[in-house]
Amino acid sequence: METPLVRELPAEQAARSARARAVSLFGPVTVACGLIWAILQPYRLTILHPRDQGLWWLVFEPPLLVVLAGIVFALVVGKPLLLDLETRDAAPR
Amino acid sequence: MQPHAEMVHWGFAAGILFVGLCLLAEAIVGQDVWRMRPWRKYLWPGLAFAIGVLLWPVMAFFTNSSIHMYAHGSWAEVAMLAGGAELGLVHGRLKSRWWRLTWPLAFAVTGLAFIIHEQNPWFFARSAFLHHLLGWTFVVGAIAPLLLVWRPRSAALQACMALTIVAVAVMLFADRDVAPVFGHLSPLAGPQHR
Repeated sequence: METPLVRELPAEQAARSARARAVSLFGPVTVACGLIWAILQPYRLTILHPRDQGLWWLVFEPPLLVVLAGIVFALVVGKPLLLDLETRDAAPR
Repeated sequence: MQPHAEMVHWGFAAGILFVGLCLLAEAIVGQDVWRMRPWRKYLWPGLAFAIGVLLWPVMAFFTNSSIHMYAHGSWAEVAMLAGGAELGLVHGRLKSRWWRLTWPLAFAVTGLAFIIHEQNPWFFARSAFLHHLLGWTFVVGAIAPLLLVWRPRSAALQACMALTIVAVAVMLFADRDVAPVFGHLSPLAGPQHR
């Protein structure tokens, strides 16, 4: 007896979806790292206690810079890259 | 009213982290997919070149000794050289694979400059520790871009180079002007701030 519903994912297709998953995670993982850092070391965020802080202390907040890098990567690079990866995978070989 | 040196390091760390993420993504999806959009192939080489350009004002305004000036100047030169060569390669103007030697050169020069220009021992303060660590990371990390000259499509080597750059960004984010490292802070380093 043969069941047409259960079959193994071809290895190549599985590798492609793994790549897509990995790329889609880069941005969110980077953002999460920044947020975890901010929670662990809240004193690195001068925006939480802005009184008497100079301009530069308010501009350069390391955990937020990490979050920013993750967001920019996810929106500018990650999203279009995933679309291209899907387009390439969908294209007939 | 200049920002502190540590703030400049954090700013560069953010740019370097972004470059590392781009390199890692390229290593995973492959060059063919990465270069499907014309702007994307110029992205990280352009950023590397821009980081080199931005190191010049750092050299001019943030160096308090000749050796610091030479170190920052050499980083600016090799980052511009490697970024510019990569731009030429991805655009097709440069054909020879030997231009890729500019990356291991940049790593090696950067690493040696870090090690040489740090005058204090590892546990003097956090910045001294990070200078030594960054230096040796770059020197050892130069192996991956060196091997990429002969194996330019190796995903493993590209990932190694990318992870080295991400590690450099993490170290730069950890930098403080005067702070202890693993509980060590020399009294000669001055009072810890914040």
